[in-house]
Amino acid sequence: MQYINLLYILSTVLLIIGLRRMSSPASAAKGNLIAAAGMGLATIVAMFDPIAGDQGNYAWIIVALAIGTVVGLVFSKKVAMTAIPELVSLFNGFGGACAVAISIIEVYKFGETSSIGARATTYMALFIGGVAFTGSLIAYGKLSGKVKDWKSGISSYFNLIWLALCLGLIIYEVVAMGQIEYLPMAILVVSLIYGFTFVLPIGGADMPVVISLLNAFTGIAAALAGIVYSNMVMLLGGILVGSSGTILTVLMCNAMNRSLINVIIGGFGSSAATAGAGPEGDVKEATANDTAIMMRYATNVMIIPGYGMAVAQAQKACKELDKSLTERGVNVNYAIHPVAGRMPGHMNVLLAEADVPYNKLIDMDDANNMFGDTDVCLVVGANDVVNPSALDDPSSPIYGMPVLEILKSKNVVVLKRSMNKGYSGIENPLFFHERTKMLFGDAKATIETLNNEVKSMD
Amino acid sequence: MLEILDYLSDNVLTINLWIITIYLGFEVISKVPTVLHTPLMSGSNAISGIVIIGAIILVRQSANDDYVSLVIGSVGIVLATINVVGGHAVTNRMLDMFKKKS
Repeated sequence: MQYINLLYILSTVLLIIGLRRMSSPASAAKGNLIAAAGMGLATIVAMFDPIAGDQGNYAWIIVALAIGTVVGLVFSKKVAMTAIPELVSLFNGFGGACAVAISIIEVYKFGETSSIGARATTYMALFIGGVAFTGSLIAYGKLSGKVKDWKSGISSYFNLIWLALCLGLIIYEVVAMGQIEYLPMAILVVSLIYGFTFVLPIGGADMPVVISLLNAFTGIAAALAGIVYSNMVMLLGGILVGSSGTILTVLMCNAMNRSLINVIIGGFGSSAATAGAGPEGDVKEATANDTAIMMRYATNVMIIPGYGMAVAQAQKACKELDKSLTERGVNVNYAIHPVAGRMPGHMNVLLAEADVPYNKLIDMDDANNMFGDTDVCLVVGANDVVNPSALDDPSSPIYGMPVLEILKSKNVVVLKRSMNKGYSGIENPLFFHERTKMLFGDAKATIETLNNEVKSMD
Repeated sequence: MLEILDYLSDNVLTINLWIITIYLGFEVISKVPTVLHTPLMSGSNAISGIVIIGAIILVRQSANDDYVSLVIGSVGIVLATINVVGGHAVTNRMLDMFKKKS
């Protein structure tokens, strides 16, 4: 058994290959399985690897593994595809909680001889894991509608002070060598509170960025714990997630033309409040019948899905309408904004679930080149990603963000439940534009009506 | 201050590894098409559950009657297992939908 730790090398290789394969559509599913195999192997090695002070306790470990496996499988099978972002956030919180659990035990094991470096590492794992834990819970709550956006003018100052408090206590504890018995617990509590107050003021629309960032935090916490246990798989796996999560976060921020700092301090929420009166004007309502006729006799139709499509579960109805129109010679495509929905790629997953072919999903840049030849743009529950203020209104909080330029097309029909503002709370002049018609109602029901109208025209 | 430098110099190999892996992570992700961002986030989130190994080692090193350590360590294992198993399973579910079409 003494050489079993060599298998750690194999599991590290599996994790890297898995992550690499996951980054291309053709090999992604296999990559996930390879990474899962790497994780399974690492877990088995961790159980039998010869370690100092081994006490066994296998009953505890096996029962815990069994419970976690069953709960994890049930969660993942039961969840609706629309709820995936919040589930990922919840899972991430659990990983952070595990980092918290092990580091709080480890800090109480420190003796006189523990080095400053080891202490600092463990406390940072505790702090970062704690922020990932409670922050993810808040992100979960916001995405599932259980926690409302809340922001006050002093949030960012409070957070800065609180962050300084967390780090100050950690530095004091590390240098003071555990003189105060309850200080580790105090650090645990202030870290958990920081996770709450860090995410609470960030607008719900920015949750994808936050989840990605917190995912990176969990990875960093795991890597720090890997140093504590001198375990290379934890270290490498953790850093891989930490760095890839960070770069993914930056990519998402770029897609919204915002900096990470701006997201964290809160751009949308605060500036939208001061934006004052938005555009006013007449809204033109369309009827399902008009819209159906327009689409039936169009050459090119572009569907622009947004989070509203996910909420209304309208993806299958969309696919049916697409099918009816395609059978009648209409060319139907889908324009996908990189941050439509609640996670990047959220719309792709939903439409893939509804059997929409991969080649009909058009990226933003290609779509913007195609709108000139598009007869009808059907906006299904998207708002901020089609807001023309981003192009021409420098006073708008989202000015400069790349959006789908659907006003280049001949006709725009917006399916919307009501005239409420979008997730970011910003007015959308698109709705008042002369070429835009609004079709109010539940997206799924409306699309089904449109489909019936199209079919009845033969 | 000297103590910190000592600690760093004792761990030069680890720090090197840390730097190289950061670049590896950047490289692996920077070529990913947007369509895969959600599955990738979910998959890499599952990998962050690697912290489970720490919890397993913690429980193995706990005295048989140290129930605080055993219980907290086991709760850690449960939570991290949910993260790992659930994360990979849900990623698999998402990616299956892409596979069907190609």
